[in-house]
Amino acid sequence: MRIVVAVKQVPDTSEVRIDEERGTLIREGVPSILNPFDEYALEEAMKWRDELGGTVTVITMGPPQAEAVLREAVAMGADEAVLLSDRAFAGADTWATSHTLAKAVEKMGDVDIVMTGKQAIDGDTAQTGPGIAASLDWPQVTFVGKVREINEDNIIAERYVEGGCEIIRSTLPVVITVLKDANTPRLPSLRGKMKARKIEIPVWGMEDIDLSGDEVGLDGSPTRVVKITTPEIVSNGEIHHAEPEELAGLIVDALLGKEGE
Amino acid sequence: MASIEVRKDTCVGCGACIPSCPFGAISMVEDLAVIDDSCTMCGACESSCSYGAIIIRTEEAGGFEIDQYSGIMVIAEQRDGEIDHSTLELLGEARRLAEADGSEVSAVLLTEKAGEWPARLTSYGADIVYLAEDSQLKHFRTEPFSRIVENLIVEKKPAVVLAAATTTGRDLMPRIAKNLNTGLTADCTELTIDPKTGGLLQTRPAFGGNILATIVCSNTRPQMATVRPRVMKTIDPDDARKGNLEKINLSPEDLISRTEVLEFEPLEEGEIDITEAEVIVSGGRGLKSEENFALLEELADLLDGSVGASRAAIDAGWIPYPHQVGQTGKTVQPKTYIACGISGAVQHRVGMQSSDRILAVNKDESAPIFEFCDEGFVGDLFEIIPLVIKEIKRRRK
Repeated sequence: MRIVVAVKQVPDTSEVRIDEERGTLIREGVPSILNPFDEYALEEAMKWRDELGGTVTVITMGPPQAEAVLREAVAMGADEAVLLSDRAFAGADTWATSHTLAKAVEKMGDVDIVMTGKQAIDGDTAQTGPGIAASLDWPQVTFVGKVREINEDNIIAERYVEGGCEIIRSTLPVVITVLKDANTPRLPSLRGKMKARKIEIPVWGMEDIDLSGDEVGLDGSPTRVVKITTPEIVSNGEIHHAEPEELAGLIVDALLGKEGE
Repeated sequence: MASIEVRKDTCVGCGACIPSCPFGAISMVEDLAVIDDSCTMCGACESSCSYGAIIIRTEEAGGFEIDQYSGIMVIAEQRDGEIDHSTLELLGEARRLAEADGSEVSAVLLTEKAGEWPARLTSYGADIVYLAEDSQLKHFRTEPFSRIVENLIVEKKPAVVLAAATTTGRDLMPRIAKNLNTGLTADCTELTIDPKTGGLLQTRPAFGGNILATIVCSNTRPQMATVRPRVMKTIDPDDARKGNLEKINLSPEDLISRTEVLEFEPLEEGEIDITEAEVIVSGGRGLKSEENFALLEELADLLDGSVGASRAAIDAGWIPYPHQVGQTGKTVQPKTYIACGISGAVQHRVGMQSSDRILAVNKDESAPIFEFCDEGFVGDLFEIIPLVIKEIKRRRK
């Protein structure tokens, strides 16, 4: 079983603060981390590798320093890593990103499953997984809360949707996007950390995966950001200070309406 | 290759661009902004510069005859034997967008049995309903649905295609957009037509809700977007509205699928999906223990509501993940959201700020939740909530 896990390096959005006066992001001191949702995809891939044998390869597209998240994934237990990095990749939207990642998967050959997190916490689009599936012309199962079974030909997974859960069977190869519900990611092991320090991570650029400039990065992206603003918070709520009994009465008024009296 | 450039003659070295960069790629060198390799060309600095000194250049791709595309197409979604409310919201929004240039609003319905639904879509704003009816379309399946919609888009050439940002829309739309080589914007909360270009301005929260990004798809068509449910407003249904119905001819190949829905397991009783709840009583770090959530459950039961939680409470193991509201949990829009012992960090706020009404109980007067709630109550939730429960019971007697 060869499983590729597509991951992303993201700014830790929980550390991002707003400069109220200028209405801009305060980026200073915000660490770059492995997208939390991708940890669940990685764990799921490693869990099934441990059971069925095979390899887990992590890939990411990003600037040279994105290599750090690949090493982190190797420390957690991934077998190999590939960095897709090229100045021409910069500015990619989800179309160009999934296009590039899919080309890398194609180059690897013999991949059975691509797993990735439900979404990345910086963009929150959840579009790259299905985009990879479309590029490869593979089936896809998104929002997977549990993988029940993987065998030579099929995967059976639970897809969490509004109001319930679909039990889906798909043929292999397939692209799976994984939810937080799926598992608890393992911590890096000592052996993994040692391997992560030593492992050579190949860097593939545009030409290595047979792409041209008009299908990657900003030039290959159908969408473009034209404006960024910080959301205005309207602060006109009424704040009550009083004894607990009085506050409770006000809350019940708010909940039931005064006619409830 | 696309490039980003700082115009040396225009840059005044004010530094306003530095904090605008989510990736920390800008620094000042001798009073000039310098952009390093961690730049992803997201465009944040370009709009932060008051002097127009930062310019991103692209080599525009061609091939789309944009003028041939017109109208707004809405992908309808069914759930529990009904047209999902999000579809009606999309039709309302499509009507408003269509006002700008009088373009046509269409709805696409793929289903096992349509019954009265096309008429319902018409009364909510569709000028034309494209219908595919087949027993194999009972459950949503990615491949047949995307293939049928793709073929229809190629044939009808809509300028805009909208779907709800549900698990269905977010599965279907990226696949279609990739295959049609066009742009897709996820989870939009605002759509407007640019009066200058006639293009669709698509606005959505990003970076954990810290920013709002406006995105365009200038050179390819259709312009595709998924739209956050319960943000857009429906129009008043009008049964006298006239619309056309056009059947989509299906070929056996259209219905081929490599995935199969073996079973659908609805949520069990008491296992309510918080995204559907009208009242949510939510707890955070201030709850202090798993046992204390029983208090919120009691209140939620009295109000026919569900219990939600912030990430802090989930991470502490007090309540399971399906209850999590916020960026890495669920986005909810109940009529009433009662936040108990929740500070209101931005990651939580983005998951619940569209609630019709937010009540907050917190000991800490300076908690951010008091900055955006509708009514705030400063006090100890362990004193107040039991009194609320008692008072509700008393008044209902």
